[in-house]
Amino acid sequence: MHDGGVAVTAAPSPDDGLAPAELAAKYGLSVSGARPGLSEYVRQLWGRRHFILAFSQAKLTAQYSQAKLGQVWQVATPLLNAAVYYFIFGKLLGTDRGMGRNVFIPFLVTGVFVFTFTQSSVMAGVRAISGNLGLVRALHFPRASLPVSFALQQLQQLLFSMIVLFVIAVAFGSYPGPAWLLIVPILALQFLFNTGIAMIMARAGAKTPDLAQLMPFVMRTWMYMSGVMFSIPTMLADKHWPAWVMNVLQWNPAAVYMDLMRFALIDGYGQENLPHHVWAIALGWAVVVAVGGFIYFWKSEERYGRG
Amino acid sequence: MADPEKKAGAHVPTVIADELHIVYRVNGTRAGKGSATAALSRMLKRGSDDAERGVRKVHAVRGVSFTAYRGEAIGLIGSNGSGKSTLLRAIAGLLPAEKGKVYTDGQPSLLGVNAALMNDLTGERNVILGGLAMGMSREQIKERYQDIVDFSGINEKGDFITLPMRTYSSGMAARLRFSIAAAKDHDVLMIDEALATGDRKFQKRSEERIRELRKEAGTVFLVSHNNKSIRDTCDRVLWLERGELRMDGPTAEVLKEYEKFTGK
Repeated sequence: MHDGGVAVTAAPSPDDGLAPAELAAKYGLSVSGARPGLSEYVRQLWGRRHFILAFSQAKLTAQYSQAKLGQVWQVATPLLNAAVYYFIFGKLLGTDRGMGRNVFIPFLVTGVFVFTFTQSSVMAGVRAISGNLGLVRALHFPRASLPVSFALQQLQQLLFSMIVLFVIAVAFGSYPGPAWLLIVPILALQFLFNTGIAMIMARAGAKTPDLAQLMPFVMRTWMYMSGVMFSIPTMLADKHWPAWVMNVLQWNPAAVYMDLMRFALIDGYGQENLPHHVWAIALGWAVVVAVGGFIYFWKSEERYGRG
Repeated sequence: MADPEKKAGAHVPTVIADELHIVYRVNGTRAGKGSATAALSRMLKRGSDDAERGVRKVHAVRGVSFTAYRGEAIGLIGSNGSGKSTLLRAIAGLLPAEKGKVYTDGQPSLLGVNAALMNDLTGERNVILGGLAMGMSREQIKERYQDIVDFSGINEKGDFITLPMRTYSSGMAARLRFSIAAAKDHDVLMIDEALATGDRKFQKRSEERIRELRKEAGTVFLVSHNNKSIRDTCDRVLWLERGELRMDGPTAEVLKEYEKFTGK
């Protein structure tokens, strides 16, 4: 590729008359900003793992750094959230949707926290590129670092919420048991799914920043369809709809991860509430969306940062 | 990336720009028609092109070609908005080209890390975050941490490095940013008017550091409005005007024409 460098400055260079592309090829120059191959991209992304983690932690810390209570808000925010739901559903409405109060309150709070995890990953994903154009236009790094980092930030946020969730579960009579160990694989699968969807949203949001305005409505619709505040089978029991409606609702990823978490955590919420093949569905969603989202994001790598 | 054999050659190209065009697209800027209904009707217009949908194109760089060689220090001059910074970003591969190509040896980097830092974090954490963002490893940062802090002089007036960056004066923040950015060695280095930050004492120190970086880097690009600093550091100058390459040659020649043009 390279002939040792012709160092004579006075004599006409043998490079004269070469087209730019030929000259570049002769000296082994590569196109600036070109998209690397998929395996090379994965390698680069892995090389940036420390940055991804540090960036997500920095974002998390920066959130509450102006507040007097500081990081206490990491736990206080989900706790207040849960308190509001307890007050409205437990005290004011007094409803338990036929589950009994000791099941319904943890059922509701689990649903809210688990859904919020996916919801905020989607919202952060939309703005991962479009909200960080300054960073994208100033420094080199595989752009997937940004959506992954934001999803990781949401995971850390959820871990604080989980502390609150444990307290509530115990307060309503669900004590820690072997089933609680299932929480780890459930969270891992949901995190995979969230990362994938954050990458899909990041590419879409980079092209159409308007999605940031639209997505809250989409997410709210999704939330009501996933049974955050009610159990899908109970809700549909008295409606004579075809069976596939219930299957579709129960197989949607948000419902799957919520139901699994409730099953693991709550004593009175048994196997009978889960759809068939629930673990296979949870795994399928995670793998398909994470791999698909990653490839979809990578395909557009060289175009992020265009004004 | 720079094997010794290549360094030996005097005329080895490191950056080649080939008929490079850069276009920015800006949404929602059609003058006088900013109302919601107007925006909606534009959006609904079927099959209309960008201009009709209210997207304005800014053609910032128009067909620039040049070849930079190892060991050169190249100044970029031109009036405000002539496309200098855009060209630097395109060379660094940070802005996708509309047409044409840039070929580079290794990964050119812009000197600057501002965008990665967060005002709500302490200076200490920003040093680490900035270093990681530039692609340094944790060990490298640990190794250079004290140098970065000492260089910035942040701790000369007390223990400021453990305070959030939002509590710094603008001069202090600028000094810390420069110190972080200058901590890494670069193959092809691009400096965008970074010389003029901080007080006189810090300016001197940073000029010295830039000279050091220049020695280590293969090729240096410097954007500046200060003709003196261009004359001091560069042996070749590219003059951009309205996104077009107006002149390319030895510093003295180009600066003479440029000064005639600007009426100095």
